[in-house]
Amino acid sequence: MTVAIDRATGKTRGDRGPRPGPLQRLKHGYQKHWYAYAMIAPVVIVLGVLVIYPLVYGFYLTLTDANSLNSARTIGVNEIEATYKFIGFDNYADILWGETAYDRFWSHFIWTIVWTAACVTLHYTIGLSLALLLNQKLRGRTLYRIILVLPWAVPTFVTVFGWRFMLADGGIINSALETLHLPTPLWLEDTFWQRFAAIMVNTWCGVPFMMLSLLGGLQSIDGSLYEAAEMDGASAWQRFRYVTLPGLRTVSSTVVLLGIIWTFNQFAIIFLLFGNTAPDAQILVTWAYYLGFGQQPRDFAQSAAYGILLLAILIVFTSFYRRWLNRNDQQLAI
Amino acid sequence: MSTATPPEIKADRPVTPQVLASFRLRPRRRGENSLGTSLVSHAVLIVASLIALFPVAWLVFLSLGPDKDDYLHPGGIWGKMTFANYTFVLQETKFLDWLLTTMVVVLGTTLIGVIISATTGYAVSRMRFPGYRKFMWVLLVTQMFPVAVLMVPMYQILSSLQLIDTYLGLILVYCSTVVPYCAWLMKGYFDTIPFEIDEAGRVDGLSPFGTFTRLILPLARPGLAVAAFYTFLTAFGEVAFASTFMLSDTKYTFAVGLQTFVSEHDAQRNLMAATAVLIAIPASAFFYLVQKNLVTGLTAGGTKG
Repeated sequence: MTVAIDRATGKTRGDRGPRPGPLQRLKHGYQKHWYAYAMIAPVVIVLGVLVIYPLVYGFYLTLTDANSLNSARTIGVNEIEATYKFIGFDNYADILWGETAYDRFWSHFIWTIVWTAACVTLHYTIGLSLALLLNQKLRGRTLYRIILVLPWAVPTFVTVFGWRFMLADGGIINSALETLHLPTPLWLEDTFWQRFAAIMVNTWCGVPFMMLSLLGGLQSIDGSLYEAAEMDGASAWQRFRYVTLPGLRTVSSTVVLLGIIWTFNQFAIIFLLFGNTAPDAQILVTWAYYLGFGQQPRDFAQSAAYGILLLAILIVFTSFYRRWLNRNDQQLAI
Repeated sequence: MSTATPPEIKADRPVTPQVLASFRLRPRRRGENSLGTSLVSHAVLIVASLIALFPVAWLVFLSLGPDKDDYLHPGGIWGKMTFANYTFVLQETKFLDWLLTTMVVVLGTTLIGVIISATTGYAVSRMRFPGYRKFMWVLLVTQMFPVAVLMVPMYQILSSLQLIDTYLGLILVYCSTVVPYCAWLMKGYFDTIPFEIDEAGRVDGLSPFGTFTRLILPLARPGLAVAAFYTFLTAFGEVAFASTFMLSDTKYTFAVGLQTFVSEHDAQRNLMAATAVLIAIPASAFFYLVQKNLVTGLTAGGTKG
């Protein structure tokens, strides 16, 4: 996290001065350390107990054959001891190259990548265009902004319900398509159209975040840069390409990374749109949830193994992303 | 967005006030659009607004139809609009219990989450302590955790702490999911507040904590609003944890309650629509309370570079 380093020394931007030596810095900061630790302590405790420890434990589970039949559980007054055993990396081997690994893992993997790429691209381009439109001097732009943020303001599980009404066979979308003499796909049953519908709904839900973030970025670009560009005779496209886009770089790289992480792990939309009815439209997250909680017997070990694989994919991706940003002399804003 | 260049002043004409005034008749200044551009902008924005509005409006419309199959013949609803669905939901279901649970959990998460992410954000924004980089990395990585890997171990920890099916348990779980992002957000916002303010506070004899609560927090209000907003909506809309950790049906949150509705009332879609609308109201109300601060707060840190 390179961004905070110069700020945390207490110098404002512009006059950094020479960095004090490591010993001096350590000594200087020492009086403050107890305070910093006291301030982050609640977060460390909550994250430690509820995230780090479960992660370690979850990782241990992936090395066993735990499922709901052999875990410790209580039936009435009887307490049953856990009987699952340690099986090493068999779960991972089974998921990645066991029999029918393609159907269970790789097909979902490919679909997850397609889903993430499509959604984030759509979020970003639509969000950026709307932000550009809203950044003009335009009558009623506050009203537009209020309306356009609505998909974010209403909870996802409510709007997804709305979409299910609309996408249902005989719902408004198919009726409209029929009136226009267009084909009426089975949105919620046919695999291709399920995927299409999922991307559509997720795009609808995710654009407002991108739009507002990029709007904030646009408003922070110094207006005199545009003036200067205009004086030099830059066309509208050139101003966009050489002033707007570079000005948005930091915000963009951050929201794109967040968008990728969130979309990759997007649980609610696919889960609520299809439930358990669409095995082929499940991305890895919902598929892992299905393995662990949506079927009998519940396969805790495999489900957790999927989770660890997902996490590994994201961490590797983020590391490369940051390295790539650093090479281009950019920083991650958050 | 082209700016009009004023016509050149010809030397053979004296520059009178009238001439200058005639130049001012060209009213288009920087940043103002030609008619065509603004028409296109309005058209695009109107279409986008309709798309944003339609699914929600449609849900509201369907919730007024009295029959469970009305969503198939929406035209018929006009003639027989009624609020019967709403009265049924409010009187015959556990809606008010769910409202209580949701409010306790969501407001609790918002309060605790915002406070601890603000202190954390302040600490990582102002102080350099050993383990700082690792801590930031942990905050980023925490956001990547898929629900599936945490669910089982979390369940076991919560049940050994006797926190299953309690408000506090769910609040803590939600905090663990929202705080990392909010702390990032707050750090970005605190970074935009000049360090001189802290120094001035310290010189005037405030303790570090006094500086934080008396000087920095009031200045960071837009950032806090965004963090509160994000926390509120995340907690309000979360499904997976709530459906696993809340067991008794009076303690369902809305997200879970709406699911049970499907089977319990035999997919009475008109009632579901009415419930969904009722659920959307508090969230949207809260949203529009804070939306004024959204744009400034959301990317304050992000725009600094």
